[in-house]
Amino acid sequence: MFKGLAVKNLKGRPVRTAVLVILTVLLSVTVFAGTVIVQSLRSGLDSLGSRLGADIMVVPREATSKKSFENMILQGSTGYFYMNSSVAEKVERTEGIGDLSEQFFLASTSASCCSVSVQIIGFDPETDFAVTPWIKKSFGRELEKFEVVVGNDLNAFVGDELSFYGTKVTVAAKLERTGTSYDTAVFANEETIKELIRSSIDRGMNDFTDVDPDRAVSCILINTAEGYTPEEVANDINIHNTKVRAVRTQELISGVSDSLGGVSKIVGILIAAVWVLGAVILLLTFTMSSHERRKEFAVLRVVGASRGKLAGIVFREALITCLLGGVVGIAVGLLLLLPFSGLIEQLLSLPYLMPGAGRIVLCALAAVAATAAAGAIAAAISAHRITGQDTGAILRGDN
Amino acid sequence: MELIAKDLTKEFIRESKGTNRFVAVDKAELTLTGGETAVLFGRSGSGKTTLLNMLAGLLTPTSGSVTLDGQDIYSLSDRELSRLRNQSIGVIPQGQTAIHSLTVLENVLLPFTLYNDLTDDACAYAAELLERLDIAHLAAAKPSELSGGELKRMAIARAAVRRPQLLLADEPTGDLDDENTREVLTFLKELAASGSAVFIVTHENDAADYADRALRMNKGVLTEAEKQ
Repeated sequence: MFKGLAVKNLKGRPVRTAVLVILTVLLSVTVFAGTVIVQSLRSGLDSLGSRLGADIMVVPREATSKKSFENMILQGSTGYFYMNSSVAEKVERTEGIGDLSEQFFLASTSASCCSVSVQIIGFDPETDFAVTPWIKKSFGRELEKFEVVVGNDLNAFVGDELSFYGTKVTVAAKLERTGTSYDTAVFANEETIKELIRSSIDRGMNDFTDVDPDRAVSCILINTAEGYTPEEVANDINIHNTKVRAVRTQELISGVSDSLGGVSKIVGILIAAVWVLGAVILLLTFTMSSHERRKEFAVLRVVGASRGKLAGIVFREALITCLLGGVVGIAVGLLLLLPFSGLIEQLLSLPYLMPGAGRIVLCALAAVAATAAAGAIAAAISAHRITGQDTGAILRGDN
Repeated sequence: MELIAKDLTKEFIRESKGTNRFVAVDKAELTLTGGETAVLFGRSGSGKTTLLNMLAGLLTPTSGSVTLDGQDIYSLSDRELSRLRNQSIGVIPQGQTAIHSLTVLENVLLPFTLYNDLTDDACAYAAELLERLDIAHLAAAKPSELSGGELKRMAIARAAVRRPQLLLADEPTGDLDDENTREVLTFLKELAASGSAVFIVTHENDAADYADRALRMNKGVLTEAEKQ
C-alpha cells in the first residue's frame, strides 16, 4: 500500500492531478511534435539533395529571375520554361563537365489524377543520371513512350490512364515518398514529354507558342568532372552564356538549409521555452501542493517515514503524472502529425519528409524523458523542501 | 524498556523578539520505564510539545541526550531513527493528523504499510483498536467524513497499532468530550498496563488520576509535580 500511496494521493486530488497531467501532456506534445517536425524538415532536405542528383542545374536566365525555377524545386509550384537546344549545346561545350543530361518541363492543366495542375518532368533515358536511379527503385524496366511514373502524393495508380492536353498516358509506376516537390510530379521519357509539349502547343495552351518541341530544353543537369569544382564550372557557364543561369544545387539547398536552420532554431527555442515553463509550473504546483500537504508529510515522519521515503513518495507522484502525461502527449502528437503532415508541409513551404518509425519512437522516448526530467527536477526541489522541514513545528502549526 | 532524557535542552532563535535565543526546554531530566504512565502539565508555550518531540526523535536537541534502552537515538542516522520510531515509538500528535487520501483503516495501518510488513495479526489488532475506540463503523470512511473527536481517536489507534514500547501523546483528549476523554485515558492506561511507557502532555487535570506520575513544565524547566 505504501507504493500505492502516491496513486491514492493523486486520485484523492483529481483536479490537481488533472491540471498536472494536462500540463505534462502539453510539454510532451511540444517536445515530441517539435522534434518530429525538425526531423521531418531535415529528412526532407536530405531527400531533396539526393533527388536533385546533380552538382549544377542550368536553366534559362528568365526562369531564375522570376524565381519560378526555385519555387518549382522547393515549393512544388508548377512551371515550365525553355531554351533552344543550340544554347544548350553551347553550355555543353564548357570545360569540366562530367555527366550531363537534359530535362524538359511542362505543367498540366487539371488531369484526372489531380484537382490542380501537376508538374511533368521529362528526362533523356540515354544520359539521365538523376531521375532514372530513383525510378528504378519502384520500376524495374525503362519507360516506354506514353508511359509515366507518378509522385507518391498524386491520386493515380499503376495501370491508370491519364490525359494531358488530350494525349493519353499510362501510369507505369508510383514512386516512393520523398517529402519534396517531386511527390506531386509526373515523370516521362523525352519522347513522351515532347509529344505532350506538342499537344499543349497545338491546343494553344502553352505559354511558349513559338517553341519547337524538338529543339526545346528546360534544364541541363551537370555533374562536374574530376578535378573541377561545381563553383568553377557554374561560374564558367554563367560568364560565357548570358541566356542561361547555372545554379549550384548546394547553393539552392543552402537557401533551404538556412530557412531550415531558422525554423529549427525557432522550434528549438520554443521547445526549450515550453520545457522551462513547464518545469517551473510543475515546480510551483508541486511546491504549493507540498506546502498544502506539509502536515501529511509530518504525519508520515511521525509514523516512521525517513526523509528518503518522503522524497520517494513525491518522486513517485511526479513520475506517475509525467509518464501518464508523456504517453498521452505522444498519442496527441501522433494524432496531430500523421493526418496533418500535408498541411504542415504546405504551411512551412519547405521539403518535409516524416522520419521512419524507428526515429519517431526515439523522438517519443526523448519527449517522455524530457517530460519526466522536468517532473523529476520539480519533484527533487519540492522533496528537498519537504524533507528539510521541522516536523515538530509543522505539527504544532508553527510552520 | 527504559527511556532516559539527560540534560535535554532546546534553544530556538527568535530574531523578531528582543533576545535572539529562546530556551524552550532547559536541561530536562526524565526517566520513563515500561508499564509506567506519566502526565505532563504546563501552560501553553512552556515547552511541553518541544520536549515530547525531542523524546520522539522528531526534534534534535541543542544539547543533552535521549536514550532508549541505552541507545542514544540522536546518534542514529535518519533512516535508523525513522525505523526505530516506526517500530518502538507511537506518537499521537496535536490536532488533526490524517492522510486524507486514505481511509480510516488505511491510516491506522500506515506504520505497517510504510515498511510493507502488514500481517493478518496487524489487521486484526487494528480492527480491535477501532472497535475499542468506538470508530469501527468508520473503518472505510475517508478522514473528511469524520468529526474532530473521531479523527483524534483514529490517530490514537494509529499510534498504538504497532504495540509500541513508548507512546507519546500530545493533547490526546483535546478534541474529545468528557466521556470520550475518560475512554481514551482509560485506553492509554491499559496500554501502559500491557508494558508500554506512556507519556501524556495535557491540560486535562483529571488525567493525573490515570497516571503513575505527574510532571510540570514551567518556562522550559521540567519538575516532578504532586498528584492531586
